[in-house]
Amino acid sequence: MDTNEKLIEIKNVEFLYESTEEPGGSRVLKDVSLDIKKGEFLAVLGHNGSGKSTLAKHLNAILVPEKGSVLVAGFLTSDESLLYEIRQRVGMVFQNPDNQLVATIVEEDVAFAPENLGVNPQEIRERVDYALDAVNMSEYKEHAPHMLSGGQKQRIAIAGVLAMKPDVLVMDEPTAMLDPEGRREILETVKKLNRDEGMTVVMITHFMEEAAQADRVVVIDHGKIIMHGLPKEVFSRVEEIKEIGLDVPQATELAYLLKKEGFDFETDILTADECVNKILSVYQSERGADND
Amino acid sequence: MLKDITLGQYFPGKSFIHKLDPRTKILCAIVYIAVIFCIKSFLGYFVLFAFTALIVALSKIPVRFVLKGLKPIMMFVAITALFNLLLTDGRILWKWGFLKITYEGLTQAVYMVLRLFFLVFGTSILTLTTSPIALTDGIERLLSPLKKIGVPAHEFAMMMTIALRFVPTLLEETDKIIKAQTARGADFESGNIINRAKAMVPILIPLFISAFRRADDLATAMECRCYRGGENRTRLRELKLGYRDGVCWFVVLIFSALILLANYFQVSGLL
Repeated sequence: MDTNEKLIEIKNVEFLYESTEEPGGSRVLKDVSLDIKKGEFLAVLGHNGSGKSTLAKHLNAILVPEKGSVLVAGFLTSDESLLYEIRQRVGMVFQNPDNQLVATIVEEDVAFAPENLGVNPQEIRERVDYALDAVNMSEYKEHAPHMLSGGQKQRIAIAGVLAMKPDVLVMDEPTAMLDPEGRREILETVKKLNRDEGMTVVMITHFMEEAAQADRVVVIDHGKIIMHGLPKEVFSRVEEIKEIGLDVPQATELAYLLKKEGFDFETDILTADECVNKILSVYQSERGADND
Repeated sequence: MLKDITLGQYFPGKSFIHKLDPRTKILCAIVYIAVIFCIKSFLGYFVLFAFTALIVALSKIPVRFVLKGLKPIMMFVAITALFNLLLTDGRILWKWGFLKITYEGLTQAVYMVLRLFFLVFGTSILTLTTSPIALTDGIERLLSPLKKIGVPAHEFAMMMTIALRFVPTLLEETDKIIKAQTARGADFESGNIINRAKAMVPILIPLFISAFRRADDLATAMECRCYRGGENRTRLRELKLGYRDGVCWFVVLIFSALILLANYFQVSGLL
């Protein structure tokens, strides 16, 4: 889905946090520019304190840039009269599912956003059913959130923002507090939304395996975008990534180590399957060479 | 261990009583309580009992659930009854030293016990048949005329909803903190009451810090979902008064009238 239509334009954004230690405040974002295209799945990588969460909060006007500008579907985030126009277009999901759910019944929670927007009850019902179906949680609509697993709660949180009918789903480390099962559920849900509903997704993460599945990866360090490209391009720069304290996907790591040992490997390998195939072919060609 | 506590004892169902509008149920519960305190004869209690039995039968809630509500107040009931029994002046039936039981005291004690029992029945039926969410909705709507004089009805209901939502979450958290502190050698069980109260501090401080953090996160998440107070807000489930509510009010008023009427048919001589 490469329409090249810009949904969000971030232009030369700078942001300072008030800080007691540094007199001028600490600069969290430094001259960040990034376009988010309609329908893409963008992963933002960076370790703690790199500014990635701050960047996410700029996408729906929770934070407003000190310098520069953020345009969401043509709306300027610094214009306060457009606040709700922007927020209903940019659905935000956070790290801790427990701290995002408002109501004691799943469907009431999903209905929270459209209720705030003043949507009429009949349409709220349609949106709630649609959103729960989209995250595959319809059968739990009458359950209490605290009885659900972490992954299920996070899916409800996703449904809660889908009910606003947003143009883009921004997720700030949505899997950081989940077990591997929950992580898999969320990633699958997100990929399905991106693929089937054409939902634009911005996923902030520090799990490389998740970032590897995106269309595009942006790496942030110390408030600056330092790498930007296809997952294969970004992760093949293994040494640079390790330098800023991040990891590469395990398969890439293995390929990198094998290459260092002198085998015929490239570091553009992202998944276990790719890695297995490559190892097999290398093994067979080496053995073939031995037999000759 | 703490997880087993259920706050709000909603018993899901689809009975006539469950389907009543929460506003009707709240107001009827208030009428019911007012009526309890107006009863001055055993005949009145008998009618009230018949009414209560009818409601319980209609709600299809197992009787033991309704009776379960009595358990925590049993001690209180016993003490109240004892005081009434022993400290009321009147015609003496039995005397031993300074202790005496009078006819009036006996009647008073029985009335008191009945009142407390019915009080619990009435409120239990309300909370057993109404989900916490419907209850807060009902309260919000009932209070909404008071918005004009500055009563924050919506905010109050929102706070109740969030509190209910976070009770299990915070209980779980408390459980975790207790285990974590126990693992580091904290002792919550021995010592006198002051020492045990002091031992709670290392539980409460992390709990409070985490609660504030959660509140902060939740506020951001609510803002992201376009929350801006109660104005122009719509609801997934609009409260609607139906024929059921009419029937309910009719029955409640008839019974209230009957019970109050029974006051005039006090059979004297009998208890």
